[in-house]
Amino acid sequence: MKSIADIKAIRDKMQAQIVNRDNKDAEQETRIVVGMATCGIAAGARPVFNELVDQVTSRGLTNVKVTRSGCLGMCKLEPIVEVFVPGEEKVTYVKVDAQKAKDIIARHIVGGQVCTDYLIGEE
Amino acid sequence: MREIALHILDIVENSVKAKASLVEVIIEAKNNLLTVTIRDNGKGMDKEFLARVTDPFTTTRTTRKVGMGIPLLKQAAETAGGTFTITSELGKGTEVKASFVIDNIDRMPLGNVAETAVTVLNPEVDFVWVYTVEDRTFTFDTREVREELGEIPIDSPEIVTFLKSLLTENIESINGGINL
Ligand SMILES: Nc1ncnc2c1ncn2[C@@H]1O[C@H](COP(=O)(O)OP(=O)(O)OP(=O)(O)O)[C@@H](O)[C@H]1O
Ligand code: FES
Ligand SMILES: [Mg+2]
Repeated sequence: MKSIADIKAIRDKMQAQIVNRDNKDAEQETRIVVGMATCGIAAGARPVFNELVDQVTSRGLTNVKVTRSGCLGMCKLEPIVEVFVPGEEKVTYVKVDAQKAKDIIARHIVGGQVCTDYLIGEE
Repeated sequence: MREIALHILDIVENSVKAKASLVEVIIEAKNNLLTVTIRDNGKGMDKEFLARVTDPFTTTRTTRKVGMGIPLLKQAAETAGGTFTITSELGKGTEVKASFVIDNIDRMPLGNVAETAVTVLNPEVDFVWVYTVEDRTFTFDTREVREELGEIPIDSPEIVTFLKSLLTENIESINGGINL
C-alpha cells in the first residue's frame, strides 16, 4: 500500500526537473481553471478536474497547472474550463465532460489547436 | 448531487472561500449511521446570518442571489433519515455536521472521497481527513505531505495523481468490502 513516505522519490524527481528549468520557463506556465461552485460540482466539474490532472501527469507535461475557481457566472454552461496559454487569449470551454477534457489536453495543450467545437455557441 | 462526496467537496469549498487555514473532514460509518463533519477555522458567520444560512436565498455571492450548497446538504441528510446541524462563530470558524441512515432507501451513495480530497488540495490550506468504518480508521493530514514536499506545491498534477491512488487504496482497505 502506498504511503506518504513514497512522496520522497517523486519529490526528488520533480526537484531535478525544476533545477534543469530556467527562469524564463517559469513565466511560461499554462493554466487550466475549472469552475468549482455548487452548480459546477453538480454538473460534473470534479471528474473533469481529475481527468485534466491525470492527463497532465500521464503525459508528463511540465509547466501546466490545473486549478479550481469559484463561480464563473454561467450556470447552464457548467462544467466550464478556462485555458490560459501564455501569450494567447483566454479560451473558455463549456459543458465539458471527461472525454472533452481528454481532448482539450491532446488537441489544445499538446497540439496547440483550440477545440472550437467545445466553445460557447457550439454546445 | 449524486454523491455525498460531492456535497463534501462543495462544503469544503465554502471553508476555503472563508479563508480557513485548516479544514478537518471526518467521515464515520458506524452502527448504520454515516456521519460527515466539516470543521474549519475560517472567518465564521454571525448569529443572524447563521440563523438563515439553510435558506437558499442566503448568500454573500455577488454573481447571483441564491446559495445552494448548505440547503442541498441539509435536504440530502434529512431525506435519508438523518440530521443536519451547523454551528459557527464570527472570527473563529464553522462546523457543518450531516448524518445519514445507511440503509435508508433514499440515501445517496458516499461516492468518491479520494477524488474529492485531491480536488481541494491547495498550498494555502491544510486538510485533515479522518475516515472511519466501524473500528477501522485512516487519517490523511496534508501537513505531513507538505513536510515531505518542501518547496514543491501540493497541487502539482503529479502529486495530486499520486495522492489520489494513495487515498483510494487506503479507503478501500478501510471499507473492507463494504460499499458505502
Ligand atoms: N464555512 C463557512 N464559513 C463562513 N461562511 C460560510 C461558510 N459556509 C457558508 N458560508 C456563508 O454562507 C453562504 C451560503 O453558503 P452556501 O454554500 O449555501 O451557498 P454559496 O456558497 O453562497 O453558493 P453555492 O454554494 O450555491 O455555490 C455563503 O455565501 C457564505 O457567505
Ligand atoms: S452559480 Fe452557476 S456558474 Fe456560478
Ligand atoms: Mg457554497
